[in-house]
Amino acid sequence: MPQHDVLVIGAGLAGMRAALAAAEGGANVGVMSKIHPVRSHSNAAQGGINAALNPEDSWESHAFDTVKGSDYLGDQDAIEIMCREAPEEILHLEHLGVTFHRNDEGKLGTRAFGGASAARTYYVADITGQAILHVLYEQLMKHEEVYRYEEYFVTALVQDETGHVAGAITRNLRDGSMELFNAKKVILCTGGNGQIYNPTTNALVCTGDGIALAYRLGAPLMDMEMVQYHPTTLAGNGLLITEGARGEGAHLYNAEGERFMEKYAPNKMELASRDVVSRAEQTEINEGRGFPDGTVHLDITPVPRKRIHEALREIVMVARDFAGVDILNEPVPIKPGNHYVMGGIKTDTDGLCPVPGLYAAGETACVSVHGGNRLGANSLLDTLIFGRRAGAHAAREAKAIAMPTAAHSQLEDEQRAIDTIVRRERSGRRVSEVKAELGRIMDAKVAVYRDDEGLKEALEGIKRLQEEAKTVAIDDKGTVFNQDVLGALELGFMIDNAEAITVAALERKESRGAQYRTDFPERNDEEWLKHITVTHHGNGNGNASSDDVPELAYSEVTLTQWQPEARTY
Amino acid sequence: MSDFALKVRRYDPESGEPAYWEDMSIELEPERSVLDAILKYKADTDNSLAIRCSCQAAICGSCGVRINGQSRLACNTQLGEASEELRAHDGTIVVEPMGNMPVLKDLIVDMDAVHWKKVQRVVPWLLPEGDPPEREYIVPAESMIDITQSMACIQCGACVSACLSMEADPEFIGPAALAKAYRFVGDPRDSQTEERLRDLAEDPHGIYDCTHCFACIEVCPKDVAPMSQIMRLRRRAIGDYGIKDSNNGYGHEKAFVDLVEKYGTLHEAQLLPKSFGQGSLIRSQIDPDSLKQLAGSFPTVIAGLKSGKVNPIKAIWHKKLADQKQVKRIYNEVESRGERIELNLYIVGEDPSDNEGEGAQEPAGGDRAGADAEAGKSEEGAIQ
Repeated sequence: MPQHDVLVIGAGLAGMRAALAAAEGGANVGVMSKIHPVRSHSNAAQGGINAALNPEDSWESHAFDTVKGSDYLGDQDAIEIMCREAPEEILHLEHLGVTFHRNDEGKLGTRAFGGASAARTYYVADITGQAILHVLYEQLMKHEEVYRYEEYFVTALVQDETGHVAGAITRNLRDGSMELFNAKKVILCTGGNGQIYNPTTNALVCTGDGIALAYRLGAPLMDMEMVQYHPTTLAGNGLLITEGARGEGAHLYNAEGERFMEKYAPNKMELASRDVVSRAEQTEINEGRGFPDGTVHLDITPVPRKRIHEALREIVMVARDFAGVDILNEPVPIKPGNHYVMGGIKTDTDGLCPVPGLYAAGETACVSVHGGNRLGANSLLDTLIFGRRAGAHAAREAKAIAMPTAAHSQLEDEQRAIDTIVRRERSGRRVSEVKAELGRIMDAKVAVYRDDEGLKEALEGIKRLQEEAKTVAIDDKGTVFNQDVLGALELGFMIDNAEAITVAALERKESRGAQYRTDFPERNDEEWLKHITVTHHGNGNGNASSDDVPELAYSEVTLTQWQPEARTY
Repeated sequence: MSDFALKVRRYDPESGEPAYWEDMSIELEPERSVLDAILKYKADTDNSLAIRCSCQAAICGSCGVRINGQSRLACNTQLGEASEELRAHDGTIVVEPMGNMPVLKDLIVDMDAVHWKKVQRVVPWLLPEGDPPEREYIVPAESMIDITQSMACIQCGACVSACLSMEADPEFIGPAALAKAYRFVGDPRDSQTEERLRDLAEDPHGIYDCTHCFACIEVCPKDVAPMSQIMRLRRRAIGDYGIKDSNNGYGHEKAFVDLVEKYGTLHEAQLLPKSFGQGSLIRSQIDPDSLKQLAGSFPTVIAGLKSGKVNPIKAIWHKKLADQKQVKRIYNEVESRGERIELNLYIVGEDPSDNEGEGAQEPAGGDRAGADAEAGKSEEGAIQ
């Protein structure tokens, strides 16, 4: 039985940062991912990473922008930590070898980003996430004492008799073998859950695995209703066009040739918060001022050509290869598309969850620094700051305890559950059909505009899919790279995520950040300036069942120095 | 919507059966990708077909395969274009796993056994001198843009799959790992530049094992141009550090350049002797090591003579080019420049005022093969 002081699940930015921090803290670390780490979706963060590093800038200003961006739902103590520690983290990355853009003096240079009162976004062309991800992987290759388990999938978490997390049940995707990993501390860093929506900017791997693993263990999820729609995604396939494009000076137009952001955010225009811009676009489209294919246009031609090649190279390729558009000369049709979940596993500022021994960081977690709406270029920062804090804390705490006992019986249960899926006769639907319907439901009813009726219909649909997911049959009966059985397991995780999002959206009877209820169009601080948590009290493992009623509860929003104000851009 | 015919190479290691072809017919819009077609087949028909994929946007590097014989990403290869390629079989799109790496199942290859092992070989992490500064390292803006071309590599393995040198010498460090090496050699923050260059020059499977075939440049989906990075490593090794390696990589390049300067074309009979003397005929005749190496290549020479590939008369009495002076002029022109000009085609700087002009229409990578081929030529000229 493999044993580690700290087992990190997921190896994107949060996971690798956590693993490196835990190793520096003297722990024996294992880091595990269902894909090779450099394939992780942190790659997709194009635009950059925020930090108040310039002497003229201040962390307070960064923090206030983040608080305002969150529509005052973010916890200000956590936001202060993130913004205060940001400059040091950027310098650390720079020292590790990230090839950040420089200004003429050879110092770190910045670009402007949405919702920010200063240009404080540090970047590597438009491959910032990729550059940092690959540099962190370089560090993992350097630190050979960190054990890497690449292409391993976690099917369940394990607790000891006291309820302390004791490890995880894993499936090696290469040969289908299953193992019980014993660990003193487990850190979940498995990213977001965008695949429950269709279309989405998220990669196929973003199936909310960690969120579901914790949910099944009874850990509370927080702010799950807050799902970000990114203002600029390609119409056909949902691919992302970075906010950096608008940061560099691109404009948005409706079909009448009107630069419509003048109406919605006269000061910040295209650089208002993402929820504001997405809602503006959706209003234009819904009110008939969009293009016939349900889009508006993003025009990048105001940006100087040299600057596009230097700073927006990736999206020239994306528009060319995936939309057939030459953005140097013509506008690209875009619309709001699912992009990010602000919610996740509730953690404190050290990444610790209410379940002892369990940590989470990055998009999987909800500290909450993003509250109702995440600012562009704050996600990379979140992964790194809280990944590091979780890794360091877990390493420290692990020293103080003995290895918890993990019962082998759960390994056998998990093995049996998978054997059942593999052996099942074909009677139910295909995994792909259930997943496609889930995506349609979420995009139609749990998107930019929501209401009571739609959310209830969505929840009904999700409950039905939850049952159908129990009878899906698969084609692949083998053990080597059985992606079919993997898909069936991920489907269960996704439906749990969808349930938590929808239940929370139904509960929040106001409009705040990414949650816009057409039946409750105003922000209501008196009643709803609070987090909603969703907790699952099931049998401890296996899919949530349609009979289970998730428990809803509230927790206070931490305010330190900023009282809620009206939010205009 | 059109029907596209695909022929996919399948292999199930658990069946005991050899690999086989599966024909499929997929209805999709021609702008959709080959990956979309495979995913549709998996969704609707048979999900046991295995392929690594994730982002569907050419940034994660998972879905490297060979399509119509060429290594590339399935997600950014459009069906319509692939079916119309000359390489396609009567409109049938042929999809196979990548080359130079063992196949694990269907379209999945073992990248750890080949690609990542080679990446690990080049010491792929920054090695700065001493403790880091209080703030950032101050470095020229251009140097960061320069190595961003290597940083743009997504480790998809397409170049490894296409590499002809690796086919002949599986030990060759290869295009992806060497491009990664340039990312450190070109990084002013790294303190081990010379050590890295010496290591890669002295390794018999290192920078001089590349045969300049351009295959990696042609297949790279991110315009990393791995071969250009290898050439940069060579120029740094020779031009900046004067590294005269025991593989005679330096000698071979010098001999090549000197002979063309003198004769206008390559004097093949002198190439080997001059190469082994680090570009000097005299040295190769008096230095015991060089003589030993020269003797070692006799079998090749004899085989060339026997097969008729080498004509002994023509080989020994090599004629100068009629207008050899023109060649000499090119050499003078290049050598008169004080500084070596590194042509980075990754980012083509254009004056914003050129925006309206027709001449400014061609962006970086617009005509990739052509532009890079030109780069290759000018790089050759810049070796000295």
